[in-house]
Amino acid sequence: MRNLTRYIITRVLLTIPMVFILLSIVFVVLRVMPGDPVSAMLGGHAPESVIEQKKEEMGLNRSMAVQYFDYLWQICRLDLGESMVFKQRVTKAIGEKLPATIELTAFGILITLFLGVFMGAYAADKRRMVQDYVIRLYGIVVYCIPVYWMGLMLQLIFGIWLDVLPIAGRTGPRVFASTFEKTGFYVLDTILVKDFSAFGDVVIHLILPAFTLGLVLSGIFVRLTRANMLDVLRSDYIVAAEARGIRHRKIVYRHALKNAFIPILTMMGLQIALLMAGAVLTETTFSWPGMGRLLLERIYLRDYPTIQGVIIMIALIVAMASLIVDIIYAIVDPRVRY
Amino acid sequence: MRYSPAQGIARGIFRVTGMGKKYGVEWWILVAGALIIAAILYMALFPSSIAPFSPHNQTAGPQLLPPGGKYLMGTDNLQRDVWSRIVYGSQTILRVAVLAAIISSVLGITLGLISGFSGGLFDRFLSLIMDSLYSFPGLILAIAFAAMLGPGVINITLAVAVIYIPTYFRLVRGQTLSIKEELYVEAARAIGSSGPTILWKYIFPNVIATTVVVFTLNVADAIMIEAALTYLGLGLPPSIVDWGMDLSMGKKFLPSGVWWLITFPGAMISLLAVGFTMLGEGLAEILNPRLLER
Repeated sequence: MRNLTRYIITRVLLTIPMVFILLSIVFVVLRVMPGDPVSAMLGGHAPESVIEQKKEEMGLNRSMAVQYFDYLWQICRLDLGESMVFKQRVTKAIGEKLPATIELTAFGILITLFLGVFMGAYAADKRRMVQDYVIRLYGIVVYCIPVYWMGLMLQLIFGIWLDVLPIAGRTGPRVFASTFEKTGFYVLDTILVKDFSAFGDVVIHLILPAFTLGLVLSGIFVRLTRANMLDVLRSDYIVAAEARGIRHRKIVYRHALKNAFIPILTMMGLQIALLMAGAVLTETTFSWPGMGRLLLERIYLRDYPTIQGVIIMIALIVAMASLIVDIIYAIVDPRVRY
Repeated sequence: MRYSPAQGIARGIFRVTGMGKKYGVEWWILVAGALIIAAILYMALFPSSIAPFSPHNQTAGPQLLPPGGKYLMGTDNLQRDVWSRIVYGSQTILRVAVLAAIISSVLGITLGLISGFSGGLFDRFLSLIMDSLYSFPGLILAIAFAAMLGPGVINITLAVAVIYIPTYFRLVRGQTLSIKEELYVEAARAIGSSGPTILWKYIFPNVIATTVVVFTLNVADAIMIEAALTYLGLGLPPSIVDWGMDLSMGKKFLPSGVWWLITFPGAMISLLAVGFTMLGEGLAEILNPRLLER
């Protein structure tokens, strides 16, 4: 376990240069490109002198190097600063939106894993049969369907034609989040206050966005699981299990899948970036008030501190998620030693 | 010996089926992908021969007419013919995706070759930057770049290109590192070849083969990123016909059950991406059966 601790510390330290580099790129790009928060806020009609004065107040007229080191020092104190457009701390803005994104992605990945792993295992079991080809085709096609289009089509089918599921937001108009909001994770909050009608409402709103995200990513997992299962199904202990007369289904879904699952777990860490990108698009399609919507809104306003804050946050989420996956990996598979 | 067109086609089909026997399902995946791309490429190259109306024609028909009759895919809220817009829209997405993939492959391969070959501090530094970019969600980076650059075909191409440079860089750098140690490189060095000669004549030809598959899959991915950016309202001025923009326009009419405005542009984006993915997968299997295990 000592080595694992050391590994975790190294990994955490390695995320610092990654975040730093991304931050630097975004910082420079934001300031080199045309447009600034003051002009975006005041519109095109404000007189030049007013714009200049406002820029001076915000410190936007200082040299880029000064602004940069100032910001870095601020980050070192774990302070993301204040929004340039609204009177609001960036940490607060992110804190309000983060739970919505995490709730969406968490349920998305659950659906992905469930669909992807079982379909992949089934395809491997039925290798070179019709079911196998159908599932492989599903893997390719579903991966190529843009997540936003999948969202729109699901909205059309389940929200408009069948009219069974809501197509926007996290709660219905008669359910007020303020009556149960504690952690920001609505599914959890509604359980905590035992408000089950609100719980039902929240879950119903979560179904379409989570399925949209989950379906699109499941293609990758179908492929991964299938490839790993094929390897495992050929190994000696599976043949031995067959020889002992254990039911075939039990061998495939109990014995083999358990072992095939370990490499899938490592790949999951790599898919987190894709999941975050998918979440941004899903949020836009379903008017889901999360980090992606926050980023897009603030990009139009050229709100530098908030954009930088969101980018840092996403980079941290990606790094942390892949670290957690690696730790689980080490615990699950006793052969792994760091 | 010369063939009549019919004979030529017959021979072509014979060839294709012959290859099918040799390579199996993978060959058919490749052919299907190539056919999809060819069809959409034809749309992009000769739009006026297929589209009944101009994509900007605001008097093509009545408003929001469902598909049928004269209007294969219906009409939109500005009385334009959806099918004609689909045909002309293929130009934008193909141009952006292919150009972006070319830009990022040229930059990524060059940087990867130099970095892997020269090594040292430069290599360390560049690798760190590329790894950081690689681990970050590409779309979000592209959103930031596209928003900052403002609308325009060139701008969106650059925004899409930036996010794939690390993919090529990592692939090529890794290969360069191992090829550098090969005996024939050693031999070239012994006969006195200069660094650039070794890089260009001995290492580059061995690296380029593996990038072909990555390039094809890269185009498929770039198609979806381009459409995502324009769907979000970033990247292109409204005068340009584009599938992603049509999709975001159609989104407004979804609550009133107007299905044809979102179904067709989205299906086309998926189809084009599927085409390039199938081509890439097929190529991967045929060029290197061990690259994507089974």
